[in-house]
This record gives sequence, C-alpha cells and structure tokens, in this order.
Amino acid sequence: MNFDFSEDQKYLAGEARKFLEAESAIPVVREVLNDDDKAYSEGLWKKIAEMGWLGTAVPEEQGGLGLGMLEMCVLAEEMGRVLAPVPFSSTAYFLTEAVKLAGSDEVKNDILPRVVAGEIIGCYAASEGPGHPDPANLKTTFDGSTVSGTKIPVTDGGIATHAVVLAKEGSGASLVLVDLSGAGVTRKTLSTLDPTRGHAELTFDKTPGVRLGAAGDGASLNDQLMDKVAVLLAFEQLGGASRALEMAKEYALERYAFGRPIAGNQAIKHKLAEMYVKNEVARSNCFYGAWALSTDAPEMPEAAAAARVAASEAFWFASKENIQTHGGMGFTWEVDCHLYYRRAKLLAVQAGGPKVWKEKLVRALEQKNAA
Amino acid sequence: MDFNDTPEEAAFRKEARAFLEKHLKPKGSERASRDRANMLEKAKAWQKTKAENKFAQITWPKEWGGRGGTAMQNVIWGQEESKFDAPTGPFAIGLGMCVPTVIAFGSDEHKERYVQKALMGEEIWCQLFSEPSAGSDVAGLKTRAVKDGDDWVINGQKVWTSGAHYSDYGILLVRTDPKVPKHKGLTMFIVDMKQPGVEVRPIHQASGGREFNEVYFTDVRIPDKDRLGDVGAGWKVALVTLMNERLAVGGSPGPDWAEIMEYARDHGSLSDQAFREKLADWYVAAQGYKLTKFRTQTALSRGQTPGPENSIGKIITANHLQDICNSAIEMQDHFGIINETDRMPGDAIFQQSFMWAPGLRIAGGTDEILKNIIAERVLGLPQDVRVDKDKPFDELKSG
Repeated sequence: MNFDFSEDQKYLAGEARKFLEAESAIPVVREVLNDDDKAYSEGLWKKIAEMGWLGTAVPEEQGGLGLGMLEMCVLAEEMGRVLAPVPFSSTAYFLTEAVKLAGSDEVKNDILPRVVAGEIIGCYAASEGPGHPDPANLKTTFDGSTVSGTKIPVTDGGIATHAVVLAKEGSGASLVLVDLSGAGVTRKTLSTLDPTRGHAELTFDKTPGVRLGAAGDGASLNDQLMDKVAVLLAFEQLGGASRALEMAKEYALERYAFGRPIAGNQAIKHKLAEMYVKNEVARSNCFYGAWALSTDAPEMPEAAAAARVAASEAFWFASKENIQTHGGMGFTWEVDCHLYYRRAKLLAVQAGGPKVWKEKLVRALEQKNAA
Repeated sequence: MDFNDTPEEAAFRKEARAFLEKHLKPKGSERASRDRANMLEKAKAWQKTKAENKFAQITWPKEWGGRGGTAMQNVIWGQEESKFDAPTGPFAIGLGMCVPTVIAFGSDEHKERYVQKALMGEEIWCQLFSEPSAGSDVAGLKTRAVKDGDDWVINGQKVWTSGAHYSDYGILLVRTDPKVPKHKGLTMFIVDMKQPGVEVRPIHQASGGREFNEVYFTDVRIPDKDRLGDVGAGWKVALVTLMNERLAVGGSPGPDWAEIMEYARDHGSLSDQAFREKLADWYVAAQGYKLTKFRTQTALSRGQTPGPENSIGKIITANHLQDICNSAIEMQDHFGIINETDRMPGDAIFQQSFMWAPGLRIAGGTDEILKNIIAERVLGLPQDVRVDKDKPFDELKSG
C-alpha cells in the first residue's frame, strides 16, 4: 500500500508553496480584484511560465518537463491555496489536456511547445447560457473548418490566445481548437462573482478552427476531458478549503471575546472540526482521483466525480464558515475571507456543478454494477 | 501511488487467507452464519485456534504468545478476517484494551496468571470505567475503594460494561482519594467478576438487545497486589487503555451506500433525482473514510505513526449509517415499519441498524467528544473550560 505522494512530489509541493508565498499572492490577487481592466496578473503568469510549471505534464519531445499528472495535482493544490489569479487551469488543464487527448501530432507539435514557453493562454468555451451545456443542444456550430456562435461565460476568454470550443457538428458535437487571433472573434468582458479571474463572452463568426479528434466524438472526448480537469480543479478546491480552515483557526486563536480566545468556544471548535472532516474526506477522494488520473484507471469516472463532489462541498463549507468564524470582520472587503468564498463558488460551478457531478457519479456506479 | 501489497505484505496476506479459508466460512455464505446460538463457545474455540497458530494478537511480542508482527500485518489480518464469519466479538475489548493494560502495568505474577489464558480464549475480560454520572467525563467517577489491611473494599456502580455478563475478569477504575482533584484520586485494579459482591445486570437497550450491563459492587474485596500502577495513578493507566481503544474502534457495521443502492434499484427508487444526489453524498463520505484508512496504512507500512486523519472515522460512519437506514425505511413507506427478519429485504437490515445507529454515535466517544478531540488535538485549539480541574473531588458539584 502506497497511497500518498512521493518524497519528490512533496518536495515539489513545498517549493511551489514557498514560491507562491514569496510572490505574495494575496496582494497580487487584490491587484486584479481592484482593477477592472486587469483580468490576470501578468507578472505572476510570466514567472510561472519561467518556472516551467506549464510544461509539467507535457512530454519532453514537446518541450515539457515530462513529469506526470500527480505533479500537476500537487501544483494545482498550491495554486488553489493562494487563489493564484492566472489562467493556469484554462491553459494547463483545459487546453493542454484537450490537445494531449485528441490533438493530431501536428497540433501537438504546434501548440504544446508554445504553451510551455508561455506564449499561449488557453480557455475552454462550452457554456451558452443557463444550465449545464448539453452537447446535443448546442447552438454554436462547426462546419468542418469554421466555428460560429456565442459562448458565455468563458473563463479567461478575454485574454486567451486559443480556445477549446464545444460545438455542434452535423448531428453530433465536436471539440474544436480555435486560434482567437483569427477572423470573426468578438470578446466582451463580463462582471462575475469572482473578479480575481477574468471572464468574457466570446462570439465566433465563421472563425477558422481545427477539430480535435474525429467528427462527432465531441461528447465523449468532452467527458474524458472533464474527468481529467475535474481532478485538477478538485485539488485547487482542496487547497482553497485547507487555507480557509487555517484562516479560521488563526483568527479564532487571536480573537478574544468574554475574556478568552473564541477558539476555546465549543461552537467554534466543532465548526472547525467539521471543516476538518470535510477537508479530509475531500483530500482522500482527491488522492484517489489523482491515482486514477495518473494511471488511466478504468475507475476514472467515479474517482473524478467523487473528488469533484467532495472538494466542492469542502471548499463551499470551509469558505462560508470561515466568514462566519471571523464575524463582522469576515464580511469586510479588507479581510480575505470573501476572496475564498468567491473562488469556492467559481470553482464549484465551473466545469459542472455538484449536481452534474453527483449524477455522473451515480451513473458510473450503475454502469460498474451492471458490468 | 499504488494500492498493491509489498511482496512481504502479499505473502502474509496469502498465508492469513489460507488459514482463514481452512477454518471459517466466508461472511454471508449461508443463513446459519447468522445463528447467534452458542456464540460464546464458538468465539472461544476460534480464539484458541488463532492463538495456537500465531494469528492471535499479531503485534504482541512472541513472549506473550503474539506473533511479533508489524502494525501493517495487523491491518491485513483485520481486513482478511473481516471477510469471514469470525466470532471475535467477546474478545475485542479484553485483548484489544484490557490485557494490553495488564501487560503494561501488571506484575510478573499478573502476566503469568492472566495473559496466556486470555490469549487462548479461556478467560474473557471486560472494562469497568463508565458510571451513571461519568460518561464522557470518566474521571468524574464515584465508585470508592477504601484500604482495609492488605485489601481494598469497593462500593459503587459501573454502567455500559460490554460483555460483563460473560466476563471472568475486569479492569476496574475507582476513586481511592476524594480529597484531591479528580484525575489524581483514581486507581486501577484487576477484579474477579465471579466473586461475591459483584452483581451484573444486563441493560435492555433501545435497540432491544442486551449487550451492555450495569455492574454493582457491594463490599467487594480486592487484594492490594491486584493493583495496576500506583495508588492515585489510575488516570495514567486508563489513558493507555483508551489509547488502545482508539486503535481498536474501526468502521461501523451495517448497511452502506451499496446496499441501499441495490435496494433502490430493486424497488424502483433509483431513478428518483433526490435519492441519487443523496446516494452520491453517501458514496463520497464512505469512500473518503475508506481511502483515509489507506492513507493511515501507508504511514504504517512505512513504519510511521499514523497522523490524526483517522480520527474522522466514527463521526462519518455512525452518522451515515443512521442517515442511510432512515432513508431506506422512508423509501419502504408503510412497509418500512416492519422489523421481522423473515419478511424484510436483507433480513430487515435497515430496521435493525436504524435502532442500533444511535448507540454507535455514542459508544467509544460521542460525536461531540470526537469533535472536541479533533479541535484540541488535531487543530490545536484551546481545551474546554474545566472548572473542576484543581478542586478536590469531594467539593465538586455532580448530578
């Protein structure tokens, strides 16, 4: 039994944490929060690219570090802890994994080295309105060479150079890679719950695109892509949830009421203990997701879904109860609680909300049982 | 990350499984396995067989009849034995908690007299700590021991004593000095449960069963040589017992997500959206607990001491058992109130566990106490206010 990260992976996590703390991520997050024209921190993004993180799980022949998905999970958790305001997930999870999953050799050799070099910012464009995007009912179309339609909201859509678009093609759906410098692209910046991550509405009008995988395979490819992304996002959620618990604990220990720290109050202690239980349930499920992701295990659908459901619940609970533990202070702009509260909800509904993933989980369990 | 055994672990697992297959039937393989008649005799026989083959008390040193094995081997043994219809219940407390305390604090004479007989299944032990007004606050107990020559004379009452009705010996925590603060006036003894003055009364539980007992002590004499540890050092001795308890308390028996899913599939509720969401939550929690144990095993197999992550177990499992049973009964609607094993799916497993679950949330530490433990020992938050800490016991209010 070896259900843990290796010493090397733990070392990577420690180094990543040191780096992100030295780059004082919360002030960096606030720069993005307080400036409507800023969709991300260009400075932090540049440094992350220089560190080689964007090539973590990219093969060496395409300029990457050739490490594995476990290393990506480790980095994702650290990025989640500090709410890094950079298009890391859009680029390193959605775009990179879509290209790795279904791109032709030509596409891989074109795109991946540029991702590693920090020249490409990705985004994932699936949603077209309220509810979870259903590949069968998409309005955005792909005719084999161009994409037309509107996607809203698109995380990092305002700054991305390339988009992975889920579009209708014939009677099915396809995943299409679109260079956003091409013709017919209109971008509109959106105000969202979490201003520390930029969002936009993207409209395509006969914009050239390259299909990833075969025509009509989009629904199945998208499912596979979402399983991979779900695990990585779950680690970001886990990082955020862990940090929210730490914040609540630190504050409860230093805040005095009735002559003693509020952390000595059983109501507060039990609240924090419940956060801890949810975080541990999430951590164990995330580990299992990481194992499935790194080994291409047949258990991937239920492992990814369980990680996602557990981490969404943990981050939601920790972020809201962190505000509650801080009392009135927690509801101020100056204290960081709301940043975690915002990010918790963004991550929970990005790539499918808990309801969607619970349904995926039960369906996976049904299939397993029928097999 | 991988879930496979090391070659050494795999070899031990194979050996353990071969031994189990030779002697026991797989769990649930036949209806007779649920027959509880002669349970005590079966348990004693199984314990003897295990001990003779060095599969009893895997981690105990060989000099005490154990295997001298690793903590990881103990985990593997537990995993394998639990797949079989193994009657282990009557020995769990004695061998898991009481006898290790005797080994740690008893005289050579005690160890000679008691350890081997317990290991061979010839004598059964119980643990006499809780009292009617000392449950979560065990150190508030009132049973008195007064020195009389070379003996101590015991008077008082214990409660929730599992298996006292068939036990031969017990470890007994009593108050020897009420003039000092509560933790300082306690002393631990070995008590012969069959001697005059010890009266065991089974408690009729809410579940209908009678596994726990009240035990009354009336002028019971215990020789001073049967003391475990120093006079007044009983709390220290008890902590060793309780530490072993935490290692011993594992998951909760009873139906889990898989069983309610199967029931729902057979009875048309699996298409209900609200039910599907609940099912996902139960799976995630159960899986979270199971995988957390894998993390603990990883630490054990590396020779490390497991971290605090295991402390979440009982909070999750006991609550979910209650919740799952509640949902299953509601799913059965009118029919759900029937608690007859012959008429109900899975031998009324949801009904039986529904009535047992409240006890699980209390036994071995209530949810509230466990949350305190997580808050204080894992997260490092301040202890609850203890107004009784420095006061002599006989000046404390109680009730």
